[in-house]
Amino acid sequence: MSKAILLDFTKCIGCRACEKACAEEHRLPDDPPTDKLNYKNYTVVLQRGNQYFRKMCMHCQTPVCVSVCPVAALEKTSDGPVIYYPDKCMGCRYCMMACPFQIPKYEWEKPVPVIRKCIMCNKRVAEGLETACAWVCPTAATRFGDREKLIQIAERRFATFPGKYVEYLYGKNEVGGTSVIMLSGIPFEEMGFRMDLGTTALPELTWTVMSKIPNVVMTGGILLGGISWIIHRRMQIDQEAHSHDKDHGNGKGGGK
Amino acid sequence: MNAVLTAVRHEIDGMNWKRKAAWVVVIFLLLQGLFLTGKRFIFGLGAVTNLTDEFPWGMWISFDVVGGVALAAGGFTLCFLVYVIGYHKFHDIVRPTVLTAFLGYVLVAVGLLYDLGKYYNVWHPMIMWNPHSVMFEVAWCVMLYLTVLFLEFVPVVLEKFKLVKPLKTLQKFTIPLVIAGVLLSTLHQSSLGSVFLIVPEKLHPLWYTPILPLLFFLSAVVVGPAMVIVESELSARVFRRGLELNILSELAKYLQVALFVYVGLKIQDFFVRKVVDQVFTMHYESLFMLLELGLLVGAMVILAFPKMRTNSRGLFWAGSLVVIGILLNRFNVSWIGMQRGSGATYMPALSEIGVSLFLVTAGALVFYFVCRFFPIFPAISEEDTERIESLKSRKEKRLSAQVVK
Ligand code: SF4
Ligand code: SF4
Ligand code: SF4
Repeated sequence: MSKAILLDFTKCIGCRACEKACAEEHRLPDDPPTDKLNYKNYTVVLQRGNQYFRKMCMHCQTPVCVSVCPVAALEKTSDGPVIYYPDKCMGCRYCMMACPFQIPKYEWEKPVPVIRKCIMCNKRVAEGLETACAWVCPTAATRFGDREKLIQIAERRFATFPGKYVEYLYGKNEVGGTSVIMLSGIPFEEMGFRMDLGTTALPELTWTVMSKIPNVVMTGGILLGGISWIIHRRMQIDQEAHSHDKDHGNGKGGGK
Repeated sequence: MNAVLTAVRHEIDGMNWKRKAAWVVVIFLLLQGLFLTGKRFIFGLGAVTNLTDEFPWGMWISFDVVGGVALAAGGFTLCFLVYVIGYHKFHDIVRPTVLTAFLGYVLVAVGLLYDLGKYYNVWHPMIMWNPHSVMFEVAWCVMLYLTVLFLEFVPVVLEKFKLVKPLKTLQKFTIPLVIAGVLLSTLHQSSLGSVFLIVPEKLHPLWYTPILPLLFFLSAVVVGPAMVIVESELSARVFRRGLELNILSELAKYLQVALFVYVGLKIQDFFVRKVVDQVFTMHYESLFMLLELGLLVGAMVILAFPKMRTNSRGLFWAGSLVVIGILLNRFNVSWIGMQRGSGATYMPALSEIGVSLFLVTAGALVFYFVCRFFPIFPAISEEDTERIESLKSRKEKRLSAQVVK
């Protein structure tokens, strides 16, 4: 069963323990907190009004980044995490361009840069552990578990605490659903989460085109070959009929 | 060595000041390019570009790759006309066009190396497949089409060194090669449009349309011949040779039809997607869209006059407008239209422009030398000589007329 993370921002107290645990787990530099995701962190805790919230990779169910990477350097594992193989990556940055949440970051200053983003502690998850950030969170604002179960839990909270939440479960359906789902007391737009992303998995947009390619090649090849054969054949016949009173310019592609 | 130096000295002595100045500029562009190349590969992308996490693709993708591929489209359109449907009138300009396409694609590949963070992994798509990725398709098309273009160009070299046997063998494969080239180009040109299908939330609705691949393909068919026209004019000046005016006018007719189809489809698409009013909001994006359309319509107007179509200046203007118009389209899709949706503004750094200029200059220089040492342009037949003479005398007449005025 695919794992997921439930973020309940109403419970977040802004202690930044998740940032720290993540940095330790993945040996990220112990830099002073920033308000922006960059290549030195996998997650940040931010504040809007009196609500804290987190930013991290959403681990989409049908991830755009995975579908666009030409060398399959990104992979959605069956556990849920979207992971990255730096050795395969060629640095085209199409994943950054295409991610609807603008998550992957790049080591611009390095001569040989790699992509950086949260990988949902895939090693811990594979061992059956929680992610570092969920494990450390003192208020269970970050919670790890099976995606379906977390969705049930989240939706139950709407009924249990009327008026506490904007009744919207972000990530349940966004771009085909994500493995990070979020609850909030304030509208998601206010924290910079886009509400206009739609519910279709974006990779379908290109796949409808890509899947036609073999067809195009086959039909196109036969068509072009046919056209050229017919035309050249006709020219040949023409030429034979007129024997030699045509100028020699036509001789080249004469299909001989 | 000495002989070379003497030859160079002769060459320089024979130049007028205009040519000398041009060479100075060329050498400057090359030197600054070499410097920037060093900087790019030693200190990384951040040192020479204005790219950010919010705007990871810039000038090198917009111009060198997306634009460059479009401008190299002359190769497959012309080969299609000449070899597939047997329109042999254009035969004489196939060679320079194939050479341009070949060099164009080499430049695209080299430009890509500058842009790729891990450039030494550029061959990875060969063994690490992801058929879902448009970029994967692009990578394969570039590799295969480069090979095809190379094979299409090799006969020129073989001819020069009189290697008859391999030449004969290769010529047998002309048609299959051309067909492969046309197919690859079709895929490749359209796939550059598909690259942007995945970002409906970022690309401005004026440009984001499901028919983006089709529009990219058609505009390549448009810009191909336009580029051939512009290039013929320019090289005619540089090499002081006659112009294949009748061939180019013929090509212009074909350009006219292609333009009509492309612009028509684009406008129809506005209506289908109900964004017509957005074209005229006079916002940032709308202005760029109007400029893009305006350039193409301008070319259509010029070409509508038969007089302009048969005269070298008219052709040059129309061709240039189309080239700039389509290039602007590529900029709009990959850059201008992407800014608002990404929440970022991007202006290329001087050093990014410098590298692009360097690549173009290097390409033009290679073109120049290949043309000088290989039989690229048709050997001038008697008929041509007459035409050139008549052109020259016409020019002289015009000059003297100006003097009289
Ligand atoms: S949020 Fe972006 S980076 Fe993360 S899985 Fe989705 S598409 Fe990939
Ligand atoms: S930058 Fe690397 S991981 Fe991202 S799409 Fe390109 S090759 Fe794949
Ligand atoms: S899931 Fe793991 S990698 Fe991602 S933010 Fe949490 S601790 Fe960091």
